[in-house]
Amino acid sequence: MAASPSTHTLSVLVQNKPGVLARIAGLISRRGYNIESLAVGPTESSEMSRMTLQVNVEDVVLEQITKQLNKLIEVLKIVELEDSAVRRELVLVKVRATAETRSQLIEIIGLFGAKAVDLTAEIITVEATGSPPKLAALLDLLEPYGIRELVQSGLVALGRGNRSLTDRNQRTERLKAVRTG
Amino acid sequence: MSDNDRADELTGAQSLVRSLERVGADVVFGIPGGAILPAYDPLFDSEKVRHILVRHEQGAGHAAEGYAMVTGKVGVCMATSGPGATNLVTPIADAHMDSVPIVAITGQVASAAIGTDAFQEADIRGITMPITKHSFLITDPADIASAIASAFHIAGTGRPGPVLVDIAKDALQARTRFEWPRQLDLPGYHPVTRPHGKQVREAGQLIAESRRPVLYVGGGVVKARAWSELKELAELSGIPVITTLMARGVFPDSHPQNLGMPGMHGTVAAVGALQRSDLLIALGTRFDDRVTGKLSTFAPLAKVIHADIDPAEISKNRVADVPIVGDCKEVISQLISLLRRERPLAIDEWVNYLQDLKRRYPTGYDEPEDGSLSPQHVIKRIGEITGPDAYYAAGVGQHQMWASHYLPWELPGRWLNSGGLGTMGYCVPAAMGAKVGVPDKIVWGIDGDGCFQMTNQELTTCALEGIPIKIAVINNQSLGMVRQWQTLFYQGRYSNTDLKTNRIPDFGKLAEAMGCVGLRAEDPSDVDAVIEKANSINDVPVVVEFVVHKDAMVWPMVAAGTSNDEIKVARDMAPKWDQEEL
Repeated sequence: MAASPSTHTLSVLVQNKPGVLARIAGLISRRGYNIESLAVGPTESSEMSRMTLQVNVEDVVLEQITKQLNKLIEVLKIVELEDSAVRRELVLVKVRATAETRSQLIEIIGLFGAKAVDLTAEIITVEATGSPPKLAALLDLLEPYGIRELVQSGLVALGRGNRSLTDRNQRTERLKAVRTG
Repeated sequence: MSDNDRADELTGAQSLVRSLERVGADVVFGIPGGAILPAYDPLFDSEKVRHILVRHEQGAGHAAEGYAMVTGKVGVCMATSGPGATNLVTPIADAHMDSVPIVAITGQVASAAIGTDAFQEADIRGITMPITKHSFLITDPADIASAIASAFHIAGTGRPGPVLVDIAKDALQARTRFEWPRQLDLPGYHPVTRPHGKQVREAGQLIAESRRPVLYVGGGVVKARAWSELKELAELSGIPVITTLMARGVFPDSHPQNLGMPGMHGTVAAVGALQRSDLLIALGTRFDDRVTGKLSTFAPLAKVIHADIDPAEISKNRVADVPIVGDCKEVISQLISLLRRERPLAIDEWVNYLQDLKRRYPTGYDEPEDGSLSPQHVIKRIGEITGPDAYYAAGVGQHQMWASHYLPWELPGRWLNSGGLGTMGYCVPAAMGAKVGVPDKIVWGIDGDGCFQMTNQELTTCALEGIPIKIAVINNQSLGMVRQWQTLFYQGRYSNTDLKTNRIPDFGKLAEAMGCVGLRAEDPSDVDAVIEKANSINDVPVVVEFVVHKDAMVWPMVAAGTSNDEIKVARDMAPKWDQEEL
């Protein structure tokens, strides 16, 4: 295929049932799809969870991923988010901070709208949220001071505007009559 | 609690059996064991559900497949936790590949013991996740009825497939109330069966414009039971038909428009038709690598209409110009009404070209010069003597391909084989399950001596349960298909494919030991007599060993990974295509 890979963000609404994450992770792994990040969490409804998947693939592969995910019984809905969607990651990072560098660091943190959440004589722990490019820029600036430890969440994202992925009430709409033998 | 409530109270195990009765499961193939034991107690009393005690859980799984294939119903197998459940893995994978509706019910260790590496514990739901359409782990007895109802619904609708219901032992033992769900709560499951009208119209347009169209028909048309619609479409349009391994019999082989099977061991006419076609009308088929050969060179001139009930199959291997998601019966019916309004297709030249190929390259074989038996002749005679109304199961390998080529495929749904997974050992238990489903029909299994030794113990089950199947063991004293590849691609170095003798095991004695009649033919003059003898025995299973020569090869052949254009009709012999005629 001539098409080249590009990054896509998929929002996947699933039933909140045991094993659903294993089904999705297993599917992605066994079919050899490369994912950049996966974030899972609760939604406004306790019966549903939402997964945000970032993949860097060609369009044909994206179509396959979507179709294969849709075959999972516990997957309710899949939407590819537009470029305009709000995308956020969370990073927690321990940066070496001496008496001399502390104020510089606090200035950088402030400029990025991040927070210092813990402070010792040698370390500032920074909490930052933002789009992946913004966090990358922050980490570039913090790097020279010495990053001791770093943890980052997967990407979560929401489309802009009034509409919601859960707008249509899936549960009542799609109840099916039992075929009785 | 009122007396009324108390009357409705039962154990999880009783709920399971009552649920099986409610969904109309009349046969269960299985073996009891510790974790599933509570279920076997009420099963003992059920008048509606017949349990057939197999000798290995793999046999239970394939038997459930065989039963499902011939009845169109959901097949059921049952096993205990741990090794019982893991023995079901192969048939579950087989059913997944070939879209066979089965429900596998397994016992699980008690819920408090799950995750502790308890005795006979295996995470069978986790193990089978990649090879099931869906699965349930039940720890609450109140969930049993709805899980069984959902499992049967999921297995049998849309693209059929295997569903696993794993039930913890304590859930089987605990008391609950039986509540059959009035509705299924499956908000994420809604298979599309009605095709989109616009897509069908676009397909009609492509068909009207085509000059070299082919109906490329797969197992989905069998599953959709759309054979009469297919015949009408084919005869209305005059378009040549090829039937994949999974679809043999869905369109009569004797029909002049049938070009046979495509693929690695397909006919020259079928393979040639695909490679030269300008339009593939792919119905319920999945462009499997055994059909396409090297994908980039497959049907290079063709546009593709691809109709399947599973949207994920469409454009998976070959991008479709017109995708149609829907049940093949609906799709074909709509295509028929569309084509009725069109002028007849201008495809005479194409049809004549293919008829010429078909005439010049019939699938054939040479009789061995040393007077020994040829396996193709044996299989052909079984079909000719027994007739097209019998059911035929095959193992996997050379004999499977010969069965596909030489048995009389005139009627739909008569053919059972392991197409996708290629499971050696499928034949005997699948034939057993089929015979249970159609007890008044003759069921022949065409097996190899290698395959037969994997699952023949189910003949004991057949003998004791009154399931008189007939198994032909095509004994070439080797793992024939692998040997063929060694002949062709490994300079005849027969590493570990030689089964060494036609005396060990003594298949006749083995058959007798399992309560069957054992027959043997070594000479061409014995063949018809033993087949007729086998057909005359209807009270016990029969095993007929045919000692055949080991150098017979399956032709035509497209070597793995090469283009369909490289098809050979015999070693180093390519067909003459006469392309300039087109």
